[in-house]
Amino acid sequence: MITVLAAGPLLTVQDLGRPDARRYGVPAGGAIDRFALAAANRLVGNPPGAAALEITAGGAELAFAGAAIIAITGGDLGAGRAGRPVPCWTAIHVGRGEHIVFAGRSGPWGARAYLAVAGGIAVPPVLGSRATDLAGGFGGLAGRALRPGDHLPVGAVPGATLSLGRHWPAALRPAYGPTPCLRVLPGPHGACFAPDVLAALSALTLQVSATSNRMGYRLTGAQLAYTRPCSLASLGVVPGVIQVPPDGAPILLMADAQTTGGYPVVATVIGPDLPLAAQLLPGDSLRLVPTTLEVALAARRAEALALAHPLDADEGDLLAALAGGN
Amino acid sequence: MSCSWSFTPLGEAALLAEADTDDHVAANRAALAAAAALAADPMPGLSAVVPAIASLLVCFDPLVRSHAAVAARLRVLLAAPSLDGPSAGRVVRITVRYGGEDGPDLEEVAATLGMTPFDVVAAHTAQPLRVMMIGFAPGFPYLGPLPPSLHLPRRATPRAAVPPGSVAIAAGLSGIYPAQLPGGWHLIGRTALRLFDPYAEPPALLAPGDLVQFVADRSP
Repeated sequence: MITVLAAGPLLTVQDLGRPDARRYGVPAGGAIDRFALAAANRLVGNPPGAAALEITAGGAELAFAGAAIIAITGGDLGAGRAGRPVPCWTAIHVGRGEHIVFAGRSGPWGARAYLAVAGGIAVPPVLGSRATDLAGGFGGLAGRALRPGDHLPVGAVPGATLSLGRHWPAALRPAYGPTPCLRVLPGPHGACFAPDVLAALSALTLQVSATSNRMGYRLTGAQLAYTRPCSLASLGVVPGVIQVPPDGAPILLMADAQTTGGYPVVATVIGPDLPLAAQLLPGDSLRLVPTTLEVALAARRAEALALAHPLDADEGDLLAALAGGN
Repeated sequence: MSCSWSFTPLGEAALLAEADTDDHVAANRAALAAAAALAADPMPGLSAVVPAIASLLVCFDPLVRSHAAVAARLRVLLAAPSLDGPSAGRVVRITVRYGGEDGPDLEEVAATLGMTPFDVVAAHTAQPLRVMMIGFAPGFPYLGPLPPSLHLPRRATPRAAVPPGSVAIAAGLSGIYPAQLPGGWHLIGRTALRLFDPYAEPPALLAPGDLVQFVADRSP
């Protein structure tokens, strides 16, 4: 069992969401950085879609009632125990009664960290997923963000845990960093905008506005005027879609986005680059770079290969992982 | 009849088919038929199918199925004459308390349309409406087409909180708010039916293609 002692701005249970429930109008949801979630799960020997904790910006403190194998991935939110940093992207041992604290981001990037525990967070699935649907008020723990005093059940760990010390090399992670370049494919409604709209967009540095959340990021720094009346019938949308309401300020849809939208879609961020977007906080900047379907598919293949690469524990990592454990 | 469709990737893992026509009824019928055909005979790698008013979104694993293969299948399905006419489909009767606190916009809607509130209710209950899509919020049905006498644009100022069960009209369509949500449609009544329950199977009361027959609640 894990007890929440502090939650920070937003602490939720997430897995890979419920894509099939889109037909009921339910957002696909799930981890906003799906690569980091899948990597954390693999490090501790879980299936990639096991439920884990998504820590936003920092400020979280978690107490472990029993010994556990955990891995922390995603953005560097200053994870530590007993005043010392813990290795990230590494399977580590946590002793009974130990606390893991997320002090917050100190580097130039990072918004969301994932803490996976061997056995997974064992809240009951709803609509095929343990992900927290904050708008719908279901999934996760009681359908809401976690708060101090919450107790989270941990699933049984089948067999021996051979995962300790496994490390995920930096070369096999998304190209995380400040002001990431997100590759976009042209959207279906380019005719609503000036012909060079994507070229013009790619010349700008955009910012994530304060009114951004897991549903979407409002972007500032670009004003995309319609060049003709663009009234659309509602259509299906996906995370990554950049839609433009009449005020001209683009909105990048993220994991908890509604299943349909009515604004023109100027472009879509490719899936393999969404983890980069997931690591942005309000005030952070990004760039949008047009790409082709061929490049997007190659990136998707590379992502799949990275997520499936053989994991080995090397001795140095194993020693680091064991240090501080008891 | 059939219309032409344009296909655009929404990222590398989704394909959006949009009808190049203003005949949303025909386009929607084709989109619903194609979605039903995909549900009955799914392609490997398919993760979600979202039919909408005049479009169809298909999400898939592009490492399992290519865009070209998905587009080819959709072209065939969308061009096939949809054999189920407007009368086919499950009919769901939904009892509505019109006007008063339940439908605070009914009087204003009637005045705008040059009708009496009674005529608005009569037009809204005159014939079954098709569930053209589910979207905006879990279980929210877009129902149509409404008779032309009931066409009016959305409210100039959306409400921050529409009560659950509110039955609304706007832009030639009718909708039902499954939960308390922000909304810009005109509220003409309210139903006690629960439209979405994540713990039920299926979770949504209505599915695309269903027909909804609104019935005015005569009880005092």
